[in-house]
Amino acid sequence: MQKLTNRAIQIDRSPMTFGERAYLPAIAKGLGTTLSHIFKKSATTSYPEEKRPFSPVFRGLHVLNRDETGAERCTACGLCALACPAEAITMEAAERKPGEEKLYREEKYAAKYEINMLRCIFCGYCEEACPKDAVYLSETVMPSNYNRASFIYKKEDLLIAHPQKHEGK
Amino acid sequence: MLLLQIDTALIIEKLILISAILMVSLGIAMYATWGERKVAAIMQDRVGPNRAGPLGLFLPLADGLKLFFKEEIIPDRSTRFIFILGPCLAMLTALMTSAVIPWAPDFITSSGHTVAFQVADINIGILFVFGVVSLGVYGVMLGGWASNNKFSLLSSIRAASQAISYELAMGISLIALLMMTGSLSLREIVQQQHGFWGDGYFTWNFFKQPVGFIIFLTCTFAELNRAPFDLPECESELNMGYHQEYSSMKLGFYLFAEYINLFISSTILITLYFGGYNFPFMDQVAASVSPLLFSIICMLVLISKVVGMILFFMFVRWTLPRFRYDQLMKLGWRSLIPLALANMLVTGILILWVFKSH
Repeated sequence: MQKLTNRAIQIDRSPMTFGERAYLPAIAKGLGTTLSHIFKKSATTSYPEEKRPFSPVFRGLHVLNRDETGAERCTACGLCALACPAEAITMEAAERKPGEEKLYREEKYAAKYEINMLRCIFCGYCEEACPKDAVYLSETVMPSNYNRASFIYKKEDLLIAHPQKHEGK
Repeated sequence: MLLLQIDTALIIEKLILISAILMVSLGIAMYATWGERKVAAIMQDRVGPNRAGPLGLFLPLADGLKLFFKEEIIPDRSTRFIFILGPCLAMLTALMTSAVIPWAPDFITSSGHTVAFQVADINIGILFVFGVVSLGVYGVMLGGWASNNKFSLLSSIRAASQAISYELAMGISLIALLMMTGSLSLREIVQQQHGFWGDGYFTWNFFKQPVGFIIFLTCTFAELNRAPFDLPECESELNMGYHQEYSSMKLGFYLFAEYINLFISSTILITLYFGGYNFPFMDQVAASVSPLLFSIICMLVLISKVVGMILFFMFVRWTLPRFRYDQLMKLGWRSLIPLALANMLVTGILILWVFKSH
């Protein structure tokens, strides 16, 4: 029969020799192995106290960014909702009134912006689709909760207080 | 009226000693559960218990509390009396063995009163230990049978046959030792191992009976139902073993009895083979400190040796895989018993013709 791979290992099924049947050499060897592990560093991360750093491309919880002056970047164009394969994003647009220039960067803004985190698959397409660099996936894990309604994140939950620079993204 | 002349001081002294030994056994057994998890963790490159208190040291307390507050279930079809008797017997026999162990050399007070750090110096100490250890199997047997669960029954049958098979080899390996010591009293066996070096040879029995020690150690593993011989409680084949139907503190008793057994067996191993409370240069130490302090030092030496032995038991448990049942029986009957017999024969020949000590 033709071999599929070259990784097959022939198993020795000959009866055990006296040395093997005495078990003691093998036991000593095994004890040596475990003994060497006493001096090895533990691989555990004590989670709530220390956290493993995320990779820079980690796709976590969404944030809505602001621009340098602190105005909301999102113009409710709907491209993120369109790009979303899970149809998790809902938004309603509204027109900026005079005097709100400090709040919203352009004439149109999102009056309602919701992401259903139970639908979201964290693919990051919304981030790629956004022409205004408004929506980003942060390096935070979504917190757990007890009821479904609290997984629908409102604009207030998503919007960050201070503008964040995202280099190379 | 001689019988009624009860020595009150002696009774009080023994009661204090008994309660102290009980406390120490329970304390060590408690922290053995913590130690076991810690040792396992260290060997598997983990951290182990570290949440309950500093280094997780309150873990045994939390465990005990948990077991106390769990719902107590007695199966409907179980034999109720025997079901309750099982864990009690396991606990009782585990604690009884400590009565004959000498914990430190005798201490003579200034008034000339001798305080023996041994509950009962019976001249057949070793036989007593063996008898009680054999009774320990009843706890497992009765518990497994009374549960009315086929897995429990199978497991207790395994436990019983394992204990009986390995007790034979254990006894024979011990006979070789007893031929050298010429006494069954644990007190005398320890006194013979005085110091570390004497008459041009090591005094500890380990150096006189290395083969016997290895057989005895292997059998102790089997008697304790610990890995690599933990067949009576293999989770994979028999769900959990003989204590499958047990809950709450009755389960706790079984688990706890096992750790007390570990402590007591380690103590007996140390007493028989590693000189008990003896340590090198003990005569010089005895000459320079007060007798009471010397007794305490001896006790601490014994306890530290025992802790070392317990650590070794854990070390082995987290290294070796479990034996298969037929391998277990083959090892016991076909390897250990012949080896023990040969050891006994060689020891006898050496005593009779080479050393001519008796």
